[in-house]
Amino acid sequence: MSEALNELGNLIETRQTNAVRRFEVVNGELIVWIIPASIPGFVEFLRTNASCQFTQMIDITAVDCPAREKRFELVYHFLSMVLNQRIRIKADISDGENAPSITDIHPSANWFEREVFDMYGIRFSGHPDLRRLLTDYGFTGHPLRKDFPTTGYVEMRYDEVEKRCVYEPVSLTQEYRQFDFMSPWEGAEYILPGDEKGDIK
Amino acid sequence: MMDGSNGDALTGKQKIRNFNINFGPQHPSAHGVLRMVLELDGEIVERADPHVGLLHRGTEKLMESRTYLQNLPYFDRLDYVAPMNQEHAWCLAIEKLTKTEIPRRASLIRVLFSEIGRIMNHLMNVGSQAMDVGALTPNLWGFDQRESLMIFCERACGARMHANYFRPGGVHQDLPQALIDDIGVWAVQFPATLDDMANLLTENRIFKQRNVDIGILKKQDVLDYAMTGVMLRSAGIAWDLRRNQPYECYDEFDFEIPVGTNGDCYDRYLMRMAEMRESVKIILQAIEKLNACKGQDVLARGKLTPPKRGDMKTSMEALIHHFKLYSEGFHVPEGEVYAAVEAPKGEFGVYLVADGSNQPYRVKIRAPGYAHLAAMDFMGKGHQLADIAALIGSMDVVFGEIDR
Repeated sequence: MSEALNELGNLIETRQTNAVRRFEVVNGELIVWIIPASIPGFVEFLRTNASCQFTQMIDITAVDCPAREKRFELVYHFLSMVLNQRIRIKADISDGENAPSITDIHPSANWFEREVFDMYGIRFSGHPDLRRLLTDYGFTGHPLRKDFPTTGYVEMRYDEVEKRCVYEPVSLTQEYRQFDFMSPWEGAEYILPGDEKGDIK
Repeated sequence: MMDGSNGDALTGKQKIRNFNINFGPQHPSAHGVLRMVLELDGEIVERADPHVGLLHRGTEKLMESRTYLQNLPYFDRLDYVAPMNQEHAWCLAIEKLTKTEIPRRASLIRVLFSEIGRIMNHLMNVGSQAMDVGALTPNLWGFDQRESLMIFCERACGARMHANYFRPGGVHQDLPQALIDDIGVWAVQFPATLDDMANLLTENRIFKQRNVDIGILKKQDVLDYAMTGVMLRSAGIAWDLRRNQPYECYDEFDFEIPVGTNGDCYDRYLMRMAEMRESVKIILQAIEKLNACKGQDVLARGKLTPPKRGDMKTSMEALIHHFKLYSEGFHVPEGEVYAAVEAPKGEFGVYLVADGSNQPYRVKIRAPGYAHLAAMDFMGKGHQLADIAALIGSMDVVFGEIDR
């Protein structure tokens, strides 16, 4: 299985030297890192090349890693029914940078890219209709970014006096609980109660 | 008025403009909370713009702050028509990353309940598709059978819908023998109900008028619009993950994959009926195999799974392990993985990014219905308004999984 994937990875790398940065086979899955600008060309190559035929777009998503210089990682999944193989494509995108849209090649990318825009704020240039998809009408912020609080910023309720729905800043009757179950002797990232006295001598 | 005699036609011709209507979000044939803005030219749909997200609960965000085990119940709440199939993908993803082998009996139970889920889903779908085009009875008959299946789920795990039954490393508890026998009895009588439903629908004039040649999909269309499952197969592409990329122990089972020829709504109805019969075959085979391995453990005992109850009461280590498992939870090694199952609606995938801690760093849920509904504009264009209901019915959308 992974031999065939290695072969496929090598083939893709030699045919698309300008686009591919590197590839790897991990857990029996082929991952190819590419340059963001070359996404459409690369995807088109994957779709049409006779030895790839990744005709089915499975998924587009992103991963937010705020510590990195290029914050977002765009992740594409494709499936080739002819080869019976899957491929994962990754491209690093920094905050505010536009990614090229692949809606011309795979019309199904439309909603997936809208969702990535909605959740992460990554804009896709060339997308026909880049509106928010899953969040509320008039929503601000991008919920799946790591710096977006799980509780959100606003809450909605029906106001009996005004006879309409009103948005208010979130007020929780109880603080949002994040339990810390990690054992303290397995590398807790905070100073354990009492430990701070250790340095005073 | 329409002949332009009221003087508002400047050129002497009638001024006709397209008409926008709101379909849903509380329309019975929207199958949940789907708001669709339809642009109509007379009764012909020119443009369909589905507005989804009314059921968005931020599952993926919530999952980032919970342990792997706490995240499992969220999967029941995605596609709540066939809950266990979703859990399956999550368990497979974790097992793939932790390289856990699950016991054979657990694997068989998973297959058994995946197929029960498939039948539950298809009964719901065929029934409501029929109801969308005007037939009430098949739905009621289907729900009668569906109720027995839900009772089986309840007897296995204690809950009718939100099962939380498949666990990383196996299944929560073994099935009682009486339950396995009852499922066997049920599976034998079930095809008769399918025949009854088929008698009402398959050659029904109204049903055919509403479904034949509606929403035709060609091979290229299903590929372009990332369709999977029944939608994909209705266009004549024989692709089923259970067969093509076998997971669990599906490769041991003998079953057929129904494939469509015309790719219309009627084909999809026929395929779902045929898939149910195939599922019954799998269920009966699974029961036979289960009876051959009675008494086997159903959890891969290790870090992912709790110790046996008896051990916990007597062994200190087991007690500590149990406590740590249900408080801190297990850790999944750093890495990323994509695991997919053939859910009743299509390919349900989980893309899991683990950072080595007890919580996932990022989870992306790839729901089949999402891609299908995204093709609504493409499929609905040029159809009559009334066909939209039949289309939604045959797409088999459930908003739990689309909105996540």
